[in-house]
Amino acid sequence: MAAITTEIPQATPQAAIAPAKSPGFWSGVVKKLCRDPVALCALGVLVILVLIAVFAPYLAPYDPTKGSVIRRLKPIGTPGYILGTDELGRDMLSRLIYGARLSLIMGVVPVPIAFIIGSAIGILAGYAGGTVNTLIMRTVDVFYAFPSVLLAVALSGALGSGLTNALVSLTVVFIPQIARVAESVTTQVRKLDYVDAARASGANGVTIIRVHILGNVLGPIFVFATSLISVSMILASGLSFLGLGVRPPDAEWGLMLNTLRTAIYNNPAVAALPGVMIFITSICFNLFSDGLRAAMDVKS
Amino acid sequence: MSATNPVIDISNLNVTFNRGRRPVKAVNGVSLTVGEGEVVALLGESGSGKSVTMRSLLRLHPKGTDINGAMKVAGRDVMALSTRDLGNLRGAVVSMVFQEPRLALDPVYTIGRQIEETIMRHEKVSRSEAAARALALFQKVRIPSPERRLQNYPHEMSGGMLQRAMIAMALACNPKVLLADEPTTALDATVQIQILLLIRELQRELGLSVIFVTHDIGVAAEIADRIAVMYAGRIVEEGRVADVIKAPKHPYTQGLLGARVELAHGRDRLVTIPGSPPDLANMLPGCAFAPRCPQAFEACKSTVPTLTEGGDAGRVACLQYA
Repeated sequence: MAAITTEIPQATPQAAIAPAKSPGFWSGVVKKLCRDPVALCALGVLVILVLIAVFAPYLAPYDPTKGSVIRRLKPIGTPGYILGTDELGRDMLSRLIYGARLSLIMGVVPVPIAFIIGSAIGILAGYAGGTVNTLIMRTVDVFYAFPSVLLAVALSGALGSGLTNALVSLTVVFIPQIARVAESVTTQVRKLDYVDAARASGANGVTIIRVHILGNVLGPIFVFATSLISVSMILASGLSFLGLGVRPPDAEWGLMLNTLRTAIYNNPAVAALPGVMIFITSICFNLFSDGLRAAMDVKS
Repeated sequence: MSATNPVIDISNLNVTFNRGRRPVKAVNGVSLTVGEGEVVALLGESGSGKSVTMRSLLRLHPKGTDINGAMKVAGRDVMALSTRDLGNLRGAVVSMVFQEPRLALDPVYTIGRQIEETIMRHEKVSRSEAAARALALFQKVRIPSPERRLQNYPHEMSGGMLQRAMIAMALACNPKVLLADEPTTALDATVQIQILLLIRELQRELGLSVIFVTHDIGVAAEIADRIAVMYAGRIVEEGRVADVIKAPKHPYTQGLLGARVELAHGRDRLVTIPGSPPDLANMLPGCAFAPRCPQAFEACKSTVPTLTEGGDAGRVACLQYA
């Protein structure tokens, strides 16, 4: 009781004198995220993965490319090789650690690029409306009509294998999806009263897009884009698995899954490990993006 | 008509929307003048073209809308303005208050920021100066604890408070003309009267010319100097408030006044105007009100009445007075 009575007189004058600034949008999002244990755990795992990828040379016990014929396909728990060895006798733990680098790059890089290009296309189409909208969006729909895996494979196949080409094809796959979302949100916002009100107070098209459209549209697109990271991870793994992404002997989880598939009957636990990593990473990105969506919903 | 040098001068305005299969003629030959420091209420039911008339003054219609006629605001020909000049006109000379303040303010910015942006759009001032002016405006529209309220987002404020903020924003650049699009419709009754009194007071103080769109004849009587009654895209009666309310000439105005709650005298049914407004995409020849008019005669079905002087300063568009 004593604590309460002493606290209240301190709190009220502060609130009255200082113009209590309403907390900004992003600090509210952060606050809400902090109260979401699932999203926090997912974020924690992702941070750890990134750290592992960054400090791979210090963490990996062995060279990930150096194999040995005598210690091929050791099971999990072998002394010295905690996670066993692969079909060429390379240490699985080291390869998984190094693999995080390429896998994360291939998962994460295409999304922000596609986010920028796709948002620009979608917002332009949504704001312009009419014929321009139809023209842009029908073109986008042509790309959207292909299943994403098929499109990625086709593009990578056409461009040839390699990391850069895989990144380019993944970006192209995501642009139509993001453009669709951007267009639909922009079309909704464009018709709202505050856009009219801005125009009625003298704002021109550029100002309206920059201030009112972007401010209201980026949130939803951003959330959608974060959910694409996990898709990108899986697609990238798929490309590598098909030999269209990273080339051996580089360590990448999708590629490792491919090369280990011959060992699936002899040593299934080791063969599944890269898949487990892909699963964990993509589910963490998904959970985090779910949490972000909940936190960015102003109405709740 | 009474004003010698009108601030707003609309003559023979026609607005046609080309959306959908058929063009819709929302405004049909409207002429209206508003003098300096005068409040004119545009009265009419939904779809009678009152908001469309008002928005034409800022050319705020969607693309593909045909606007014909002559409109002059504060000596400027609105129809001839370039996009850039139109932007300079909007907000600085003519500003607008919307019906639904919750929708007319951007949810992702603080209200203070939005007012500052409006000021900085039209005048070369620093942000801190704009912020100081926003604060003064908030005090003028009597928002309690204005410093704190400026930092609020629209969802943190009540409807009445938001409408005050909206008015503050509309007045930010000292306009000559205020267009109010049913600014009290979305508010509850006690707040309505406060907002009306505020607009009236600010209008007198700043000498604003106001077009006030409403469908509530009581609100119109409260705030306006003159009333223009619209039906199906035309002005059917226009005159000083007292004249129109005391001695309505057009059968539609008579019907509107007859439908007031006060006249029901405790009966549970109100007097109504039978029928419904005509389809603007499919207008019949003759007076648009004729099918619903109790006083209609044969000629009403074929001749469109023009707005003619009906004694005093009023004008009426009805064949009875032609």
